[in-house]
Amino acid sequence: MAQAIRMALHYAEEHLGVTDIFGEDVGPPLGGVFTVTQGLSTAWNTPLDERGIVGMAMGLAFAGQRPVAEIQFCDYAFNTMDLLKLAGQMCWMCNGDWNLPMVLKTPVGAGIRGSIYHSHSFDAVATHLPGWRVVMPSTPLDAYGLMISACQEANPVMFLEPKALLRVRGDEPIPGEPADPRALSKMIDAPLGDRSGWRPQWPALSAYAVPIGKGKVVRPGGQLTVVSYGRMLPLCAKAADDVAAEGVDAEVIDLRTLAPYDWDLVKASIEKTGRALFVNEDTEVTNFGEHLVRRAVDELFYRLLAPPRLLAGKAVPGVGLADNLERASVPQPPEIAAAMRELAALAP
Amino acid sequence: MAQLVRIRDELPLPRDLLVRLHDLMVQARALEERLISMYKSGHGYFWIGGPGEEAFSVPLGLLMKKGQGPAYDFLHAHYRQSGTILALGEDPVGALRQMKNTASDPYSGGRNFGGHYSIRRLNVVPVTSTIEVQYLMAPGTALAQKRHGGDAITIVTGGDAGTAEGDFASCLLWTTRPGQELPVLIVVTNNQWGISTPAATVHATRNLSDRGKAFGMRTKTIDGNDPIASYQELAEAMAYVRKERRPFLLEAKVSRLYGHSSASGANLVAEEQDCLRGYEAKLERYGVLDREQMDAVRVRHAEALAQAARAVIEEPQPSPDSIWDHVFAPKDGG
Repeated sequence: MAQAIRMALHYAEEHLGVTDIFGEDVGPPLGGVFTVTQGLSTAWNTPLDERGIVGMAMGLAFAGQRPVAEIQFCDYAFNTMDLLKLAGQMCWMCNGDWNLPMVLKTPVGAGIRGSIYHSHSFDAVATHLPGWRVVMPSTPLDAYGLMISACQEANPVMFLEPKALLRVRGDEPIPGEPADPRALSKMIDAPLGDRSGWRPQWPALSAYAVPIGKGKVVRPGGQLTVVSYGRMLPLCAKAADDVAAEGVDAEVIDLRTLAPYDWDLVKASIEKTGRALFVNEDTEVTNFGEHLVRRAVDELFYRLLAPPRLLAGKAVPGVGLADNLERASVPQPPEIAAAMRELAALAP
Repeated sequence: MAQLVRIRDELPLPRDLLVRLHDLMVQARALEERLISMYKSGHGYFWIGGPGEEAFSVPLGLLMKKGQGPAYDFLHAHYRQSGTILALGEDPVGALRQMKNTASDPYSGGRNFGGHYSIRRLNVVPVTSTIEVQYLMAPGTALAQKRHGGDAITIVTGGDAGTAEGDFASCLLWTTRPGQELPVLIVVTNNQWGISTPAATVHATRNLSDRGKAFGMRTKTIDGNDPIASYQELAEAMAYVRKERRPFLLEAKVSRLYGHSSASGANLVAEEQDCLRGYEAKLERYGVLDREQMDAVRVRHAEALAQAARAVIEEPQPSPDSIWDHVFAPKDGG
C-alpha cells in the first residue's frame, strides 16, 4: 500500500497539479518513516512542528497551490486540533468565499505494536470535523484511487493510512504496476545507504480514481451486513469467509470514505439482511460506528431482525505495547467472527 | 502666506496622502463607533475591533499591493483591522452588515462576529477569533509568492498577547529556515493588554520585536500611534521584504481605546492615547487641514454610517436552511 500511495502521489504531482508533499522526514533522504514519499519530486522536509505543517498546507491552498501534508502519526495530530477545525470550517465560515484544496495524510491505528503514541485511531475525531472529506482505504488499489481523488478535491481531505496495511500487497494491481513485485521495488524503492544519486523509475500510471463517498461490497451475503474500513476490513472479510463454513452468510462492506459516507449502500444492505455489525478499532465511546448504529436504528428499525452492534476498540487511554495488551485493546479476528455468529443467530 | 508655503514644503508626506490618511482614520474610527453603537442598541451580539489602531492599520492598507492571487499581497489579519480593510477600498457597509449578521454580510453571511473579514478578491484570508493561527498560515501564502516571483508579500498581524502562543514562534522559524526564507511582514500591534492581563506581567522581553533577532530577522519597534511614522516605517519594512524576500518583524505600539471587546463594556478608555487627536493636532500645525475641515470629515463619515446602519438593520437575516450552504466547495472551488 505504501508503494500505491507513493505512485498516486507521483501521478498527482505530474498530472494533477500537486505542488508540495511535505511533513517531518517526508522528503529525501528518508522519504517518510513508512517510505510512502520516496522519490517524489515535490517532497520536502519540514521542521518538527505539526501545527506549522497544517498551517503551511492551509496557506499554500489559499494561494492556489495544491499541498499534500503529512502528520507522521495521527497521535501527533492532536495538537493541531483547532487548525483541523478551522480548515474544515473555512469555506463555511466565509460563506463560500474561500476553499481549501488540501490533503492531510496520516498513518492511523494499531497492529504494529506501536505503543501509546503510534497506535491511536483518528476516525472518530476526523468525523467530528465537518467540512473535511475523510477517506481510509483497506487495499493498495483503493489507496491509489482515493489519493487520486483526494488530489482533485476542492475541499480538505483527510487521508487516513491504516499503518498495519502499509506493507500489504493487494490482490488487484495498480494500473501500470509491473506484475513482479520485485521489479516494482527495484524501480521505485530507494536503495539502502547513499541515495543521493538515486532516481526512481516510475511505471506508466493512470488517473484511476476511487470516487470519494462511494463504499464497496467486498463480499456479498444475505444474512448479515458487516460495515468496516481500514485495517479492520480485511479481518472482517476473512472472518466472514471463516463463518461461511458454519452457514453464516455475511455481506461485508468497505466504507472507504467516512465523510461523506455511502449510506445508500449501507442502508440497502441492512434492508436486505436485517442485521448490522459495525467494526472499527477506534475507542468505542462516541465512536463513528455508534453514529452508524444510531442511524440504522432511526431509519431501519422496523426492518431489523436483531439489534445493530458495534465492535470497536476498548475505551482505555491508550493501546499498550505488550502483545496481550494490544490484542485486548482492539478487535481481533476471533471476536469479529464471534460477533458475526451471535448476530446471525438472533431473531425476533 | 509665505510662512504657510514654507511649512507645506517641509511636510513629512505628500499633502494629499496626509489628507487621505486622515480621512480613512476618521472613517475607521466612525465605523468602529457605529459598530459599538449598534451593539449597544441591540443590533449585534458582540463587538470587537480596532479603535485606537487606525494610525497603523490605515497606512498598512494603503501600502498593500491590492489584488487576488500570489502576484499580490496576502493579508492574514486579526480582528482589529478595520482601518486596513477600509484603506483597501472596502465599503464600510459590509462591516455593518456583519455586525447585524444579515444575509447580505459579505464576509460571512451572518455567521461570524463583526471585524472578521474575508475578501478573496483582495487576498484577505478569513479572520478567525483565535489569536494565533494566522501566524501559521502566513508562511504558506508567502511560499507560493516566492515561488511565483515578483514582489508580492504576505502580511500577518496579531496582538501582543497572541505572541505567547507557540504559533508566533513557529512563524519566526518557518520564515527564516536557512536558504528558504520567506517574504512575510510579521506584525505585532502591541496594545499592552491581553483582555485584562497586562503585557508587563507576561513578557520579559524588552521589545516583542527582539524575539526576531534570535532568528536573524530584521526587526523594529515603532510608535503605531503616529500615522506618519507608521507609514514611513511600514513602507521601509515592506520594501525590504519585497526586495530581499525575507521576513521582517515589526512591532507597533498602539492604543486600545474601547477596551478588549463588548465583553469588557466597549467604553472609551480616557487614559489611552488617541492617535487621531494627536494626528489632527499635527495636521493643524502643518496647515494641511483646519479644525472646521476635520470636523466636517468626522460629520460626513458619522452621518453616512448612521444612515447606512439604519438601512442595514432592516435587512433580512440568513434563512435557517442556509446552514447547509458552503459546507463544501463545489468541484471547481466556486
